[in-house]
Amino acid sequence: MNCRQGKLRLQKWYTTLPDKEKKKIIREIVQIILARNQKMSSFVDWKDLKLVYKRYASLYFCCAIEDRDNELLALEVVHRYVELLDRYFGNVCELDIIFNFEKAYFILDEFILGGEIQETSKKSAVKAIEDSDMLQETMEEYMNKPAF
Amino acid sequence: MALKMVKGSIDRMFDKNLQDLVRGIRNHKEDEAKYISQCIDEIKQELKQDNIAVKANAVCKLTYLQMLGYDISWAAFNIIEVMSASKFTFKRIGYLAASQCFHEGTDVIMLTTNQIRKDLSSPNQYDTGVALTGLSCFVTPDLARDLANDIMTLMSHTKPYIRKKAVLIMYKVFLKYPESLRPAFPRLKEKLEDPDPGVQSAAVNVICELARRNPKNYLSLAPLFFKLMTSSTNNWVLIKIIKLFGALTPLEPRLGKKLIEPLTNLIHRILIEDSDQNLKYLGLLAMSKILKTHPKSVQSHKDLILQCLDDKDESIRLRALDLLYGMVSKKNLMEIVKKLMIHVDKAEGTTYRDELLTKIIDICSQSNYQYITNFEWYISILVELTRLEGTRHGHLIAAQMLDVAIRVKAIRKFAVSQMAMLLDNAHLIASNTQRNGICEVLYAAAWICGEFSEHLEEPNQTLEAMLRPKVTTLPGHIQAVYVQNMVKLYASILQQKEQAGEKESSQEITQLMIDRLPQFVQSADLEVQERASCILQLIKYIQKLQAKEVPVAEEVIALFAGELNPVAPKAQKKVPVPEGLDLDAWINEPPSDSESEDEKPKTIFHDEEQRHSRPRQPEMDEEELARRREARKQEQANNPFYIKSSPSPQKRYQDTPGVEHIPVVQIDLSVPLKVPGMPMSDQYVKLEEERRHKQKLEKDKKKKKQKKEKKGKHHRHNSLHTESDEDIAPAQHVDIITEEMPENALPSDEDDKDPNDPYKALDIDLDKPLADSEKLPVQKHRNTENLKSPDTEVPLVEKKSKKPKKKEKKHKEREREKEKKKDKERKVDEEEKKVILRHVLREDLESVQNGTLDDEPLPTYDIQGNLQNDSQVTVSVIFENKSTSFVKSMELNVLDSLNTKMIRPEGSSVHDGIPVPFQLPPGISNEAQFVFTLQSIVMAQKLKGTLSFIVKNDEGSTHEKLDFKLHFSCASYLITTPCYSDAFAKLLESGDLHMNSIKVDGISISFQHLLAKICFHHHFSVVERVDSCASMYSRSIQGHHVCLLVKKGENSVSVDGKCNEPTLLSNLLDEMKETLSMC
Repeated sequence: MNCRQGKLRLQKWYTTLPDKEKKKIIREIVQIILARNQKMSSFVDWKDLKLVYKRYASLYFCCAIEDRDNELLALEVVHRYVELLDRYFGNVCELDIIFNFEKAYFILDEFILGGEIQETSKKSAVKAIEDSDMLQETMEEYMNKPAF
Repeated sequence: MALKMVKGSIDRMFDKNLQDLVRGIRNHKEDEAKYISQCIDEIKQELKQDNIAVKANAVCKLTYLQMLGYDISWAAFNIIEVMSASKFTFKRIGYLAASQCFHEGTDVIMLTTNQIRKDLSSPNQYDTGVALTGLSCFVTPDLARDLANDIMTLMSHTKPYIRKKAVLIMYKVFLKYPESLRPAFPRLKEKLEDPDPGVQSAAVNVICELARRNPKNYLSLAPLFFKLMTSSTNNWVLIKIIKLFGALTPLEPRLGKKLIEPLTNLIHRILIEDSDQNLKYLGLLAMSKILKTHPKSVQSHKDLILQCLDDKDESIRLRALDLLYGMVSKKNLMEIVKKLMIHVDKAEGTTYRDELLTKIIDICSQSNYQYITNFEWYISILVELTRLEGTRHGHLIAAQMLDVAIRVKAIRKFAVSQMAMLLDNAHLIASNTQRNGICEVLYAAAWICGEFSEHLEEPNQTLEAMLRPKVTTLPGHIQAVYVQNMVKLYASILQQKEQAGEKESSQEITQLMIDRLPQFVQSADLEVQERASCILQLIKYIQKLQAKEVPVAEEVIALFAGELNPVAPKAQKKVPVPEGLDLDAWINEPPSDSESEDEKPKTIFHDEEQRHSRPRQPEMDEEELARRREARKQEQANNPFYIKSSPSPQKRYQDTPGVEHIPVVQIDLSVPLKVPGMPMSDQYVKLEEERRHKQKLEKDKKKKKQKKEKKGKHHRHNSLHTESDEDIAPAQHVDIITEEMPENALPSDEDDKDPNDPYKALDIDLDKPLADSEKLPVQKHRNTENLKSPDTEVPLVEKKSKKPKKKEKKHKEREREKEKKKDKERKVDEEEKKVILRHVLREDLESVQNGTLDDEPLPTYDIQGNLQNDSQVTVSVIFENKSTSFVKSMELNVLDSLNTKMIRPEGSSVHDGIPVPFQLPPGISNEAQFVFTLQSIVMAQKLKGTLSFIVKNDEGSTHEKLDFKLHFSCASYLITTPCYSDAFAKLLESGDLHMNSIKVDGISISFQHLLAKICFHHHFSVVERVDSCASMYSRSIQGHHVCLLVKKGENSVSVDGKCNEPTLLSNLLDEMKETLSMC
């Protein structure tokens, strides 16, 4: 996920690559996507993969999929993720993601696992996150209790 | 203790949290790098603190920085620390950081194995969930192998939340550790019918991915998927199922018939009704998939697809072009190409236009020009394409012109006339420097005009055109062709004139050559210069002869007599070896040994040998030759796929008058050439329509069934031919001369199949029942690694032995886990602990083995403490047959001690061995498990045992024995159990622990490494670490607490241990001493 200025906001890799490689790939992809105008389709061939991207307000959500993967499904995945973010944060904006980036990752992890869709129901995905947050909240309270 | 907590809280107040960091970075836009390096320094300080909350906060910040592109690999160990935190808040952050920055090269990753295993079996489903999520990102082959069994167990977890994660992660495990696929597949299949839709969809996802690699395996699941497809209301699942069917249909055509109808309708609707770019793109993509199997249903949409060529988006245009390639038929080729030509004119940007050009050529030339019914039209298209500006593909057009002119005899006259026109207008093509790519076509034009000069109507004019001074500006290789072909042209003009008796004009033409050739002699290009000067001399000689009024034409034309036919690439290989010729036999005396070192003469000799084979052919007895020829002709006649090779038989056929069944329509060639201002190829489209119409009428008249002659064309793609397509007869009798084959060539095509096809090996058949030898996955024997087959629970026999009657259990701290679980589920949540004792055992075994045969199975083993039952351990033994004989009827027996006994089936005595439930073919290894009961675990123990087996080979079978020792070390009874500093402190304070200590000198490895070693080999976990001092904790299966304080000095390490069982402690420390002294 990157913003219009090309700054990266979130990245998740489902294949392991050296850091250098990752940086190079991200740079390349950001350039390609920012260069496309709004009337163009959301799909671009890139190397032996396909990029599927969509812009939401100032953020571009992009994923690279294999040739045999379904683009529409990928687009729908992106959209579903945005819906999840929206539901969790309540009218999500870029700043929500910047300041709670770990939450954004948790939501993603709840939705996709190892590159495969894990939970298609918005309700249960958000519930899983909220439940584990509850767990976290009580512990944070516990930790923040003054010990003296 | 309290002070520490206070300190921690105060520290935290001054620490930056993530929000502060993000805010700080945003406020320091100018000196971001400086600010961040300052932050990283702070983080490093925070990581040194004991407080896990501080550490977790630091790791969280690091994760953010990692995303910004900063290297945080140095903190890998800290990340593991945070991962092993007991509080979910921290654990979650630790796993997130790990999933973002760990990769296969991260060396500390192996330290996580036990931690992950522990988290996987945590009673808190979110602990398990977070571990699974993290694992999915950084799973390595080692982790996959070690944890496969745990994950497979989780696939049957009571909570769907865990089940679905476990199912998904199995796919990653399969990728990293393919051996697990076969044993795990049955359970995966079960999950397709899981009551929870989430788990169901996860299983569909995984199988859908798996089916990409080897769809055949999943055909048997088709009915199940059909059921799912009809019952599921989840669109996500439906899409995946449809994708899966996509992979299955090529294997089972009946499936396709059921699916094709609804699918195409859907796609058509998308394409027609929706203007959304993305849907359009996908529609086109889907079409191209359908096209491969059902061309008819797509062909009707060609208008729509052609419209897409106008799209602004290049992605869409390219997809549409891809589609066109497969959509053409005899019927619509002209129309499609006509539209493409319009696009070529309109296209902006040379790249896309070049793409169009190559596509036009691809489309027309595919399958040996299968769809071209009128080659005159095709030549015109090619000529029109030469008007393209700035294309790089001149050579492509040239190659097509040459190919068509050479192979389609009937078209030569027309081709030559067009080429002459091109040559005449060469200045248009060559003048523009930007169009240099296109001047390649002149190469083809010059050659065609020269080679087939007999078809030229006005050879003089063409010769003039080729001799223009402007020609010298062309690239060298083209000029060379010009020079060579102008002689051919000259020769045919000369012959013409001489036959007509026009002496003067024949001398004129000679003079013209002599006047103009010197400009080529001066060429800087060597090839041009050489040819030109040769030819100049030749013509001067001719001039002399002409002066003496000697007729020369016949001799000159003889220089270029004979026809050049293309030779098939395989022709050489297909020359049959004549009878009586032994290619392997020496012709001369073999070279002496001293010479043989020299490689060169050998290869020369080899070449000669091959050449010899040809001249020898005529020596064959005449009768045999005739017989073979006859047989070959017979075969060709019967083979519809055979393309006529030598012109002889077919030519006669062609010349025979009265072959009415071949509709040959004469086209007035002058028509298209004389229409000014209109692209010529358009004329052909009209003409073709008329012709087809006429043909149809004629055909209706003659109601006779006429069988269409196939005219030696390839009909490889018969399935693509539509009915109406077959009705269209070509305009000309186009006989495509294919490459020449040698006489007596064997028609077999076996050399097309590559015996070394690498994909053959990829076929794993999942449907096949597990054979005896592979009931357990084949496992390679490893010496040093912690090795555990993920599928140990599959073998049937073992299940019996693995469900022993519950012995008296001394529940200590684990009651909550156990009580409620049914016997059946026990295995599921079982936490195993593994020990590597293998190297110790191997030594023992090897010493035994030296004395006996080589051909015994060599067992290595693992001992797993069973948490469910604190007086049992499971020993997994890997048997590997290293011999070349078959090993069967294996029986393992152990001499029980008072303390340790092997659990045998009911009713058998202590002297009976336990049969190993498999046989071992040579080179195969397999694993079996044996359960032992223990009374006391305070001492390490060695058990003597014997393996008896039957070795079967060609000579018969023998009964053999192999002695071994099983070593139960004390560390193997420990279970890595994390402990928190407060609990640890309480434990130490309690005072009922005994103390012991050791000191080891000469340690050079880093402290961190040392701790890792203790954790790994002795199953401890780090409680706290301050500088070069660390406290560690572990627990035995019988609940003994073991606390360690490890201090590192200059070159030594001291370990102080406290435990509520002194013997166990001293034994543990001794073992540890041994490990450490090896460092």
